[in-house]
Formats: sequence, C-alpha cells, structure tokens
Amino acid sequence: MDFEFFIQQLINGITLGGVYALIALGYTMVYGIIQLINFAHGEFFAAGGYMGVILISYLASQGLHPYACLAIALVLAMGYCALLAMAVEQLAYKPLRNASRLAALLSALGMSIFLQNGLMLTQGVYDKAYPTEITSGGFHWGLISVSYMQIFIVALTASLLVGLNVLVFKTRIGRAMRATAQDKVMSALVGINSNRIIAVTFAIGAGLAAAAGIMVGLYYGSVSYTMGFVPGIKAFAAAVLGGIGNITGAMIGGLIIGMVEIFAAGYISGEYKDVFAFIILIGVLYFKPTGIMGENVDDTRV
Amino acid sequence: MANLILDDICVRFGGLQALTDVAFTVNEGEVVGLIGPNGAGKTTVFNVITGVYKASSGKVSYDGTTITGLRPYQVLSMGVARTFQNIRLFQNMTALENCMVAQHSRSRTGVVGAVLRSPGQRREEAKIIEESRRALEFMGLGKVMDEVASNLPYGHQRRLEIARALASEPKTILLDEPAAGLNPAESMELMRDIGRITELGINVLMVEHDMKVVMGICNRIVVLDHGVMIAEGLPEDIQRNPDVIEAYLGQ
Repeated sequence: MDFEFFIQQLINGITLGGVYALIALGYTMVYGIIQLINFAHGEFFAAGGYMGVILISYLASQGLHPYACLAIALVLAMGYCALLAMAVEQLAYKPLRNASRLAALLSALGMSIFLQNGLMLTQGVYDKAYPTEITSGGFHWGLISVSYMQIFIVALTASLLVGLNVLVFKTRIGRAMRATAQDKVMSALVGINSNRIIAVTFAIGAGLAAAAGIMVGLYYGSVSYTMGFVPGIKAFAAAVLGGIGNITGAMIGGLIIGMVEIFAAGYISGEYKDVFAFIILIGVLYFKPTGIMGENVDDTRV
Repeated sequence: MANLILDDICVRFGGLQALTDVAFTVNEGEVVGLIGPNGAGKTTVFNVITGVYKASSGKVSYDGTTITGLRPYQVLSMGVARTFQNIRLFQNMTALENCMVAQHSRSRTGVVGAVLRSPGQRREEAKIIEESRRALEFMGLGKVMDEVASNLPYGHQRRLEIARALASEPKTILLDEPAAGLNPAESMELMRDIGRITELGINVLMVEHDMKVVMGICNRIVVLDHGVMIAEGLPEDIQRNPDVIEAYLGQ
C-alpha cells in the first residue's frame, strides 16, 4: 500500500513537474537572452488554457473527433500565445531595451496585470470548464491509476522538451539564440538580427506555456483568469532552482518543484502544498543563488 | 566589384569629435592599412562601417549601395565581415559552431522547419557545416574544430576570429589588430594568411600597430590622428611623411 502510494505520487509528480518545466523554460530563455524576468509569462500560460477550452469546445461542436479537436486546439493556442508574446515584447519590452532593468521589470508586472484583467473582462470571472469526455479513462494496477490524460501530458511534455533541445542545440535558430545570449553586439556583427531572435525566443517560450495551460486545464478540468499567477511563480522558482538562464536547469528544476509539491501534499499536508515551492525558492536564493546549473556551466544558456 | 567608399564621415559623441571628414576607399583586391596613434579613431571607423555606431554626417557606400544607417546584420549580409581587437568569440561554443553562427544570414530555415528536421533543413545544415569546415581549414584550424573556443590557445583564438569572419562568405573583411599579441613567427604566418585571403577575391581593411605587418602587406595606408586623416598613400611614402612621423613621435 505504501509502495503503491509512493508510485502513484511519483507519476503525479512527473505530470505536474513536466508542466512546471514547460512554463519555467519561458522564464529562463527570456532571462538568458535579455536578462529580464518576464513576470507576464504566467499570463501566456493562462491565455493558452483559455484559448484551448474555447477552441476545443468550438471544434467539438463542429463534430470533430475529440483527439482531433485537442490536437488542432493545441497547435492554434500555441500559435496564438506565440503571437501574443511577440506583441507584448514589441509593445512593453523592446522600447525599454536600453533602459534600466528595473524599468523593464515594472513593465513586465504591468503587462501581467493588464493581460490578467483583459482575460477577466473578455472571458468573465467564473471558471471555464474543460470538456471532460476527452480526459476520462485510464489504466489501473491495483491502487495505482494512470489516466490517459496523464500519459498524454507526459508524452507531449517529453516531446516538446526534446523538440526544444533539438531546436536550441542543433539548428541555426538555436545557434543564433545562444550567440545572442552570449554577446549581442558580436552576434549582430556575424549577421544575426537580434531583435528577431529575441521575438522568436518570446514566441517559443509562450508556445510552451500555452501547451502547459491546455494540459493543466485538461488535468484539473477547468481554467480561471487568475490561473497564471501561482503556477507562474512556481515555474519561476523552478527556473531559479535550475539556474536562471539555463535550459537544462529549468527542465530539472520544474521536475523537482513538481515532485516536491506532490510528495509534500501526499505525505505532509495538502493544505500547505503551495508553500514548498516558495521554501525552495528562498532556500536557493539564500544558499546557492546561481541554482543547480548556474552561470559557471552556462554552455546551455539561451 | 567589392568597393568600400567612405565619404566625409563625421562622428560626434556629445561634445567629442571622434571623426572629422574621414574619406577613403578600399578597392577590389586591395589590402588597406588604417593606422594612427591610440585614440585616433580607427576602431570608430570600423564601428561606423559595420553599423554599430551611426555617423553624425557623411556616408558609407559599398558596391554602389549606401550602407550608412543599416543595422550590423544587414551590413554583414551585404558582404562586410569584421574581427575584434579584443577577441570576441562565442566562448562556450566549439570552433565549428562559432563559424556556423556566421552562416546565419546565408541560411533560411525557420523555427518549424528546424524542429521538424525537414529535408531542406538538413540539406541547409550540411551546407552550413561544409562552409564552416572550409573556413576553419583555410585558417589551419581543421584539427581543433570541435574544441570549445575558450579552451583554444590565444593564437588559435585569433585565427578563429578570422575564420568566423570568412565563414560568413564576405567580399570585404575588416581586421582590427589581427597581429596583437602574436609572436614574430605567428605574425609572419598571419601576413601569409591575409595574402591568401586576398587571393580569394576578398579585400581587406585592417587596423594594425605592428608596422612590419602593415608595411609588409598593405597596398595603401590611411593615417588617422585625433579623428582626422593626416595622410594616405603607399607604404613607402607614409614612412617618410613628416606629418605621420610627427603624429607618432610628437614634436
């Protein structure tokens, strides 16, 4: 019983950790390239969740197969959030590129409030329910149960993480991102349009966050306009834990935060589950501000 | 017809007049030396040409097109590459990757194609690697191409800067003190390399303090002092020019 409980928590932890990892990547990539903590990043996650439910409901009403609805909604929501992020970057961060970092940070906070309220005004203050028929079903081994949805989430997360690694380490866009992160002047002098690369970085980060938003909506069954805040901060904690600016670190940090949260909820108390991510954040900032894969091993920085 | 023309370039930083009416050309097949005492404005000239600084007045044209006001990446895609006085490699990337980055403006694949590894993307990637390898081998770095840049010895890092500039397939290359910190044997080798670069049909504008290098390979020399051109001509004439001697030695 105890062992089965442990395995069950492990599976839940991987699911949640993967979602945090996807969000954390957006923080870390943007930080790596322009040294800005994009506090509006959680809102891309929320926007993705909403876009997902809107599209899935619409497509389902057109009589499409649920999985086809999900796939199309996923792609479109990711695209939508990528465009949204590029617009935010253009509007709120690009004019402040040469201003102090504090100015850009405040602009990010303002953008976060703006986007959150925008979501509230357009979508209403009540939670929006995800269609549950897609999420039903699963495997059972004794007391361990794995829903199809969990399998879907883990598989999608894994493929997005692999895709991102390929993109960053094996392609010209990835090389340009790494070069821009290391030296903006020099990368411009070898022919890279850094503004474009920065926009692409925002777009990729927001696309991943949108995927996470849909998965969370499916997993918990609903989305709300405030949903971006807490997961956003937890993913930020994950990015710091992994070493902000470091892609591999964000993935590891996300998994750790997800695991800790699930295990703390399972073994200690569900009431306090949100606390542990922040204890970790404070602990990391206090004892090892560079995080697990901090700046001294920054060859994976983007 | 790689032809770089600077036309009455002035640069002011606040009250400081960094360059005043600088005008010279770099013609096809030429190696032009840009010399002058410290603070004369040599690197500023490079920064104006490559679009890092904006000229306060005057214009730079290349191949008959005005390039003043273009962004650095646009200048590079016109065919003007440069190296830095203090080495600015992408320290955490391998030698090969450093060169591959320089191929950015010569390749097209976007995010989606890159993730899906489309046949077009793979072909392009193969071409990028091929070009980068060729640039490294040209500079004698074929054996160390998988080394991380920061682990390379100083001389190799200097050569890698030039290899990276060559990897962008330029028609003109601007070298900022390429011989700085090199020993005499390495300087000799560098001069031979620059000769080989011109044989590729690339013309060279270089800032250099090592007079042996400058006098040895430059077809023409431009002398700056306090942002003003005080002489231009053949190496042997420059060596005898009283203004130049005065600028270097003081009165």
